Amino acid sequence: MTAGTPPSPSSLLYLNDITVSFDGFRALNALSLAIDRGEMRAIIGPNGAGKTTMMDVITGKTKADQGDAYFSGTHDLRSLDEARIANLGIGRKFQKPTVFESHTVWDNLLLALKAPRGVFSTLVASLSGAQTEKIGELLEIVHLTDAKSMLAANLSHGQKQWLEIGMLLAQDPQLLLVDEPVAGMTDAETAKTATLLREINKTRTVVVVEHDMTFVRDLDVKVTVLHEGSVLAEGSLDHVSADERVIEVYLGR
Amino acid sequence: MNDLRKLLFGNLSTGLYAVLLAAAIVVPFFNLVVPASWPIHISTFMVGLLGKYICYALLALALDLVWGYCGILSLGHGAFFALGGYAMGMYLMRMIGPRGVYGDPILPDFMVFLNWKELPWYWHGFDHFSFAMLMVVLVPGLLAFVFGSLAFRSRVTGVYFSIITQAMTFALLLAFFRNDMGFGGNNGLTDFKEILGLDVQKETTRNILFVASLAALAGGYAICRAIVTSKLGKVLIAVRDAENRTRFLGYRVERYKLFVWVVSACLAGIAGALYVPQVGIINPSEFAPASSIEAVIWVAIGGRGTLVGAILGALLVNGFKSWFTGFLPELWLFALGALFIFSTLFLPQGILGALLYRRQKKGATLPPPGEADAIAPEPPVEDEQQAKLQRAGA
Repeated sequence: MTAGTPPSPSSLLYLNDITVSFDGFRALNALSLAIDRGEMRAIIGPNGAGKTTMMDVITGKTKADQGDAYFSGTHDLRSLDEARIANLGIGRKFQKPTVFESHTVWDNLLLALKAPRGVFSTLVASLSGAQTEKIGELLEIVHLTDAKSMLAANLSHGQKQWLEIGMLLAQDPQLLLVDEPVAGMTDAETAKTATLLREINKTRTVVVVEHDMTFVRDLDVKVTVLHEGSVLAEGSLDHVSADERVIEVYLGR
Repeated sequence: MNDLRKLLFGNLSTGLYAVLLAAAIVVPFFNLVVPASWPIHISTFMVGLLGKYICYALLALALDLVWGYCGILSLGHGAFFALGGYAMGMYLMRMIGPRGVYGDPILPDFMVFLNWKELPWYWHGFDHFSFAMLMVVLVPGLLAFVFGSLAFRSRVTGVYFSIITQAMTFALLLAFFRNDMGFGGNNGLTDFKEILGLDVQKETTRNILFVASLAALAGGYAICRAIVTSKLGKVLIAVRDAENRTRFLGYRVERYKLFVWVVSACLAGIAGALYVPQVGIINPSEFAPASSIEAVIWVAIGGRGTLVGAILGALLVNGFKSWFTGFLPELWLFALGALFIFSTLFLPQGILGALLYRRQKKGATLPPPGEADAIAPEPPVEDEQQAKLQRAGA
């Protein structure tokens, strides 16, 4: 630990001493991080700082070489696969918006909606009134009601980002991992997204990885700075941007 | 224009069932009832040929289910087809009884020729039709299950998966060529006499087999349709478009793939089983990688991702093949290649895809090819759009 409070195992997400190497390159180097229930955390850091690898470890895509990763205190994330972790309540939005392009907006949400995920349950699944209602609500939240019958492929970039956030919400996760939600968005869309995330944070825990400092300032939450695979600084945005090591990392010496 | 399209494609399923039903009535009628001297008489040879096409159509349907909807490009589906065919062939061999050239009441001729004294264990039970029919589904299904479990769990996808399916069918080709495998080696199984007590050569039997093939195709279509229009079908398309995303939504992708893969193999097995009594022989050449690739071309030309398109493609290409090889047999592979290149360049969504989505294509950008998409961009699922709109509006 180089900065901030030591991670407490009672947190919703608890990473301790996580190390991941790819061919000798340490993408994550003894990373420790704890996210409290109900918190919104922004994670910043220069390219290659390990932000995406950290997401990969949390969601089961990449296995950590060492360290502990616990969700909700009891679930050992290192021993579970992607599907299991998703069903535990961790939703992930990718850096590049990834929606199902040949499905309609509505079907994208339907697929994401919390429901049994087994092969035979989906074979016989029928749409309940509650589900229709839920999808209607989600469409409202992500401002896509008018576009519900459009193929996702035909959405604008910003709309795809929102659809993906909608899909995250449909999963009804406890923890949302949001990777660069405003990349490529207009200023108006960015502001709208910040409002959206703050709204979501009222009921859920959110971790946002972002480069856009205006956006991070907008969110006005605790910031963690990653550098070379570990935590460099933690605190409010003003606090970390005053930190000399952070300035050095971002601006060079 | 719109009305016309609606009339033609408004309900593809009903149209297909109607055509199959009509064929089941018209073809036997023109073969059995209309006198042979009349020009409109359909010859028994033609009935067998059409029956063969129908079996190919079922194979194409099976392939489209995995490739068109789930993005799994199999270049070895002929293996499942041939295994189903061999299971049927073994039953037909046992039904020859003492009528073989050597007159052995139990052993098929080739075993007598090889100087075998008794029936290998795996030939037991094939004298019962029901057991043989079970094997028609079970053997391809089991192979698909084992192969699929290993491949999908190891996350082998895209061309790598296609290549190992090709290796699978090639390995089976070599194995079935061996005499000591006990499947008739190079010559395969032939000289069939009767099926369920009916003479396989007789006109009525031919017509029954033809109608049975139509019924199997209709049944196979109903199964595939039920799958692709269910929520499971949407998950399959999601897997095809963005496999990892689907996984992060909490779906066990490998199980979904395994499910359609096995269903598809079973359907291919049934197609093979109906094919064998109609062509009168099954030999290792059915395992040839080229046959499997040809099946992929039928689907591509007909329109993958549209079930009716796969059927249409199989029928059209095979009809064309019969006509073409009538006068230029040695040039067929060139013609097939040209057809494939033509459809890739000008009809990337296949014939049916082009007809159905010509209008949508203008406004709608097509999804980018996914990992397994070696050939064409994807059309949305046939007439699902309307259903979706209705449901969404509800």
